[in-house]
Amino acid sequence: MAAPIGRIVLPGDTFSFEQLQPPDEHKKILLGPGLREEKAEIKVLRPGILRFRKPAVYWIDCHHKRYIPAKGDSVIGIVNQKVGDIFRVDIGSSEQASLSYLSFEGSTKRNRPDVKVGDIVYSKLLVANKDMEPEIVCIDSYGRSSGMGVIRNGGFLFHTSLNLARKLLNPQCTLLKCLGNRFQFEISVGVNGRVWVKAGNDVQTIALVNSVIVSEFKDNDQIKEMCKRISKAVVRMEID
Amino acid sequence: MRETPLSNCEREFILNFIAQQKRLDGRNAYDYRDLRIAFGVSLGCCHVELGKTRVLAQVSCEVGEPKQTRPHDGVLYVNVELSPMACPSFEQGRQSEEGIELSRLMERCLKESRCLDMESLCIVSGEKAWHVRVDIHVLNHEGNILDCASIAAISALAHFRRPDVSVHGEEITIHTLEDRNPVPLSLHHMPLLVSFAFFSQGKFMLVDPSSKEEKVMEGKMVVGMNKHRELCTLQVTGQMLLLKEQVLRCSSIALTKVTKITELIHEALDKDKQARLKGEKHGFAMLVSGDRVTANRLPTTEVKVDTLEISDEMERSQSSSEDGESQSGNEPMEEQIVATPKESAVEILTKGVGVIGEGGTSTWLDIPQADSKQTAAKKRKHKLEKMEEDEGSSEEEEKVILK
Repeated sequence: MAAPIGRIVLPGDTFSFEQLQPPDEHKKILLGPGLREEKAEIKVLRPGILRFRKPAVYWIDCHHKRYIPAKGDSVIGIVNQKVGDIFRVDIGSSEQASLSYLSFEGSTKRNRPDVKVGDIVYSKLLVANKDMEPEIVCIDSYGRSSGMGVIRNGGFLFHTSLNLARKLLNPQCTLLKCLGNRFQFEISVGVNGRVWVKAGNDVQTIALVNSVIVSEFKDNDQIKEMCKRISKAVVRMEID
Repeated sequence: MRETPLSNCEREFILNFIAQQKRLDGRNAYDYRDLRIAFGVSLGCCHVELGKTRVLAQVSCEVGEPKQTRPHDGVLYVNVELSPMACPSFEQGRQSEEGIELSRLMERCLKESRCLDMESLCIVSGEKAWHVRVDIHVLNHEGNILDCASIAAISALAHFRRPDVSVHGEEITIHTLEDRNPVPLSLHHMPLLVSFAFFSQGKFMLVDPSSKEEKVMEGKMVVGMNKHRELCTLQVTGQMLLLKEQVLRCSSIALTKVTKITELIHEALDKDKQARLKGEKHGFAMLVSGDRVTANRLPTTEVKVDTLEISDEMERSQSSSEDGESQSGNEPMEEQIVATPKESAVEILTKGVGVIGEGGTSTWLDIPQADSKQTAAKKRKHKLEKMEEDEGSSEEEEKVILK
């Protein structure tokens, strides 16, 4: 009996190795988030839909809002405190992350970066495991900022589920393409479910925020319809 | 758990938006969110939803000794429970400052307003009296728990029935529910609390603040009133000074809100009573919709709209803009879009501005004057040229309106 790919599975369900054998006889199976190998079977840890991708990758798609830090993720954090040489940044995980002031492009001991409590930073996770507090940096391994750092000049920050954030980060995201055809805006998506949007004026910004939040449970056709209506509404509101 | 801090970006944005006299969810300054009141199967259990804020109130009673200082009165206890279910920053057990303030305000609203007739709760003077207990549980915190809790508490008190008591000389019989019908509590009036949030040193005022607006506000005023224009509670918190006119204006706004909400409570009570009399299904099971995947539900605002493009837009700006599902409710109306306007429920005031139903002109939007109508029309055409999809049809519709 083959594994129920595309069907809902619950924590506690088990599969044997034979069930998960992909059709083209790969010896190695890659278990993604939500699956764990235990003795001779594979256990499901999260409720959700079982997904499969060639050559031999299985994972569980589950709906969650709480972020669990993983190394290499790009997240948006809110600076909470300044303690000596480091900033305490809230990234939505159970522990606050630490961000050293030297982890910004062009900052030295004499030349400190201009970061205040309450600022938003786009950063990457350097250290993230269950035994230590997470550490983030706004600099890549070559010492360049490559787009990271403090997000300035207005806009609006809001929180969504992690699934929606991943959908937005997909290169073929329908919502962003449709909105991009109609509005001029800047958007920054953190894998921790935080999204920052800035458009020409406040009314457009809020229209975009609402369209993103509401698009979570819509399919692509409904998203296209919604974008059409929202752009018409915003144009009317601006003329009035 | 620590609450997510509010970033400077959000704070500045919300304050700027309020200065432009707009709200994040599209409401007007004096608008309440959607209010839903539901009663449970057991008497005295009331669940109130104000937008996404949800509060459950339960009234119970038992026989006990009256207070020494008041031997002829029953006793009323009011208890507000803030659990982490409502908001991760609430701690179970320990009362935070916010919890203490809420409890105190609810107590003042219910006890000091003398809404409940305490003498009717006395069984034997000095020996036995009813102890009535109102437990208020906050299920979800999305701003303005206070208003929601006061509505829930009053509705629960009005819904509750206590066992009937008969006194024959020395003998007191407390009849069971099967023996005799339970008796309602005697509520003189319904005091309700209305919250006002102030921004920019009292310059801007909003009714029913949402959670983001609450985080940004500078001061809060709570007005407790009943529909007979009697002021029951007044409390101002925060670091700001208010003018006398502002306080008076707030109390008159509170009066209109309280009258409307009292009507809603009576409607809900009547509906529940009818359902019980007829033996129909009633209770919280009716709240849960069985045909949706998600537990969240955005209410559809039903507006009778004409087939003009303008009317679609006015409707959208009147109902909240985040209703994706309400927009799906608009779909049947869009399909009817026809070039000629029919006789409509839409009153056209000036070019580009229509009104549906009551309310009259919006006092916020600047209605363009005669000289700027030309530039407005030009801007509209220019903007439409930029839009890519569906150009043909939308331009045609535009031309009809511009005539």
